[in-house]
Formats: sequence, structure tokens, C-alpha cells
Amino acid sequence: MAVKVSLKVNGKSVSAEVEERTLLVTLIREQLRLTGTHVGCDTAQCGACTVSMNGMAVKSCSMLAMQAEGADVMTIEGVAKPDGTLHPMQAAFKEHHGLQCGFCTPGMVMNAIDFAKHHPNPSEQEIREALEGNLCRCTGYHNIVKAIGAGARAMAASK
Amino acid sequence: MHAFKYHRPSSVNDAAALMKGEAKLLAGGQTLVQTMKLRLASPSDIIDLGTIKDLAGIKSDGKTVTIGAMARHADVAHSVDVKKAIPALAALAAMIGDRQVRAMGTCGGSIANNDPAADYPAAVLALNATITTNKGKHEADKFFKGMFETALKPGEIITAVSFQAPKRAAYLKFKNQASRFAIVGVFVADFGGTVRVAVTGAGPSVFRQADMEKALAAKFAPESVANIKVKQDGLNSDMHASAEYRAHLVTVMARRAVEAALK
Repeated sequence: MAVKVSLKVNGKSVSAEVEERTLLVTLIREQLRLTGTHVGCDTAQCGACTVSMNGMAVKSCSMLAMQAEGADVMTIEGVAKPDGTLHPMQAAFKEHHGLQCGFCTPGMVMNAIDFAKHHPNPSEQEIREALEGNLCRCTGYHNIVKAIGAGARAMAASK
Repeated sequence: MHAFKYHRPSSVNDAAALMKGEAKLLAGGQTLVQTMKLRLASPSDIIDLGTIKDLAGIKSDGKTVTIGAMARHADVAHSVDVKKAIPALAALAAMIGDRQVRAMGTCGGSIANNDPAADYPAAVLALNATITTNKGKHEADKFFKGMFETALKPGEIITAVSFQAPKRAAYLKFKNQASRFAIVGVFVADFGGTVRVAVTGAGPSVFRQADMEKALAAKFAPESVANIKVKQDGLNSDMHASAEYRAHLVTVMARRAVEAALK
């Protein structure tokens, strides 16, 4: 049966008719057509589906769209400024080449932004621990770790 | 995922009234949603506890820390009150899953599910917690009944869990590298005179290790447990670790937990 869900996505109020079993990631990708949020493993391990909900990074394949009722959701599409200027964390991923194929990158960036808010100058160890829930099958993580450190410091500096 | 009817009750009483037939409660959903996607669970109704007020608080009077059933692992891990009264409990919450899972997963959900490899049941048992529900209270020692089984009756909903603050404690976990679930986790709590040792991941359900508790009550030191051999009978054996290996790990993790508690 179709039910209504209302939430904010990237600052805009959104109402959608969904099936009760619709996952948040399905709403985001297939109804809102925001395909920057990826589905990798679909079993809550890889983190490619990470979005921000009320300021915290969550896995959108692991929750129902209905659980986001009234929530403030941000996806990778909402991170850059409207004029296209990259978010400091995105810029750091570009600068440090924190990606190869790029499939995991949106989830990496969304988790990294939330992490960096609490860790303005993180150690390598802290970054690696924070990446427990994000898998990358290309890079071996080295440049991702560098990018997140630089991005976190850039975010702190731009405050 | 099979279709179901979704409910969003505004109180615990309303939620309890909806608990009929194949209905299931949804807390953070970090286990249940994935289980439903795999069709290992196909509830007729989902009762979302996410919007019920007063289920998420954390309170401490220094001797007892009471955690609301819907408090997220991240809330417990970062709580100043929990860190002060029972640092080992905050550390345990910070070890569950990954940071995205911790933003959603809840204390009550973990305990009600009683996954054999979950972390919270070890804290409940070692810290002699009291589980409060809409129908009354449960003692930790009588709560965990077996694999995914608890003393909760149909229609019974956990509202809060009260943990007793020990003199010193530590939880050490040997993690599965992929899932971060415990292959073996040991929670050691010294209450001064009595010691409780709870083991998760090793058996079908969390259990206490009486011989270690006795040895540690006599002398709270790593060497008290270092030579205690744990029997492998009844322990889990799977692709990740044999029963023999898990039995060995119980001793190793218990010794390390005592070392950590003394630091």
C-alpha cells in the first residue's frame, strides 16, 4: 500500500508516495532521481549508500524511507555550493586523488564530513577507524586517508 | 523484502497494543531491515519505536547508569555521564559495528535481539543490569535464554536498561574483520568482593564464566585467569573460528580485559 513520507532533502521539502517497505536509498535514487548515492553491497557493509540524516552519517540501504519522516537528509548532491564550488572535503578528495573508480566516493565523502565535524585535526589512526563502515576495492585507502585529513583541516580552517 | 503494514505509535502503550500476530518492533533497524531484505523475517506489521518520546534518554547517579531503549550506540559512546560512571560501557558502545551503524542502532534493540555475537548482552550480564519493560523488570541473569531468545513475552517492550557501575571494568573484543561482530568478547567487571565475567560471541548466547569470576574475586589480576582452560563443549564453530579456537580466545580476551581494567 502506498503511504506518504515527508522530509527535507538537500534543503528542499519533499513529499513522496512510497510503498511501506521502500528503503531510504530507493526513495533517494529511484523517486528523487538523486543517483549520486550508490548501492554497493546492499547488506550494510560497504557504506556506498551513506547519507547524512539530521547531521549524522547513516547507511540509507539499512533503513526504511518511513524512518526518515520529518528528517533533514543530505546527499552528495547537496554538499557543494549552488555555484558549483566544491565542499572542502570534496576538494580534498580531488586534490589528493582519494579515489580510483569513484563508486565508493560519495559514501566516503558523506561519512568523512560527519566525522570531520567532530575531529577537526584527526590522526591517521582515527581516520582509519572512522572508515570501518566504508569499503573501497581500488585504492588501498592511502589517498582516501590523506584526503580526509586534509579535508577535515580545511573544514576547520573555513569555519 | 515482503510487504508489511507500517505503524508509528506515539507511546509505548500504543505500540504494545499493536503487537499482534507476526508484528515486529523496529528500533534502529540495523539488524531487522537487513534480515527483512534477506526474507529471513517477513513480519505482517512493523511498529516503529523511533518517534516515541522519552525512550532515548541517558541518566546516571554515579552508581547506576540508565539507558533508554532507543538511545543510539553513538549517544552512549559519547555520553559524558556514561564515560564518567562506566567508561567500559561507553567503550563497548563505541566498538559496535561502524560509525554509521552506531548512529542508528539502539541499546534496547541489541538486547531484545540477543544475537549470539552482539556486544550489549555482555555488558548487561557483567554489569548485573536490570531490564525495564512496559510490563515490569527483568534481572540480567534470567533474561538471556538462548540464541536470539530472551525472557521477553509477546507484547513486552524494553523501555530502559539500568547498568550498575563497577569499581573497574573492561570489555575486550576479538572482532570478525568484515562484520565487526564479536568472534569472542569478554566483559570483566570488578564490584569489589564480587567479580562478574560475561562472554559473548563464543556460545549460542551470552554466558558467565564462573571459574574466572571466582579466581578474580580472590585476586583481580591477569594471572588469575591466564591459565584457566575453557571447555569447548557447546561453543560455536563456524567458518570464522572453531569451538576450540573460541575456547582459547575466551581465556586470552579475559586476561587482556583484566589488564585493561587495571590500567
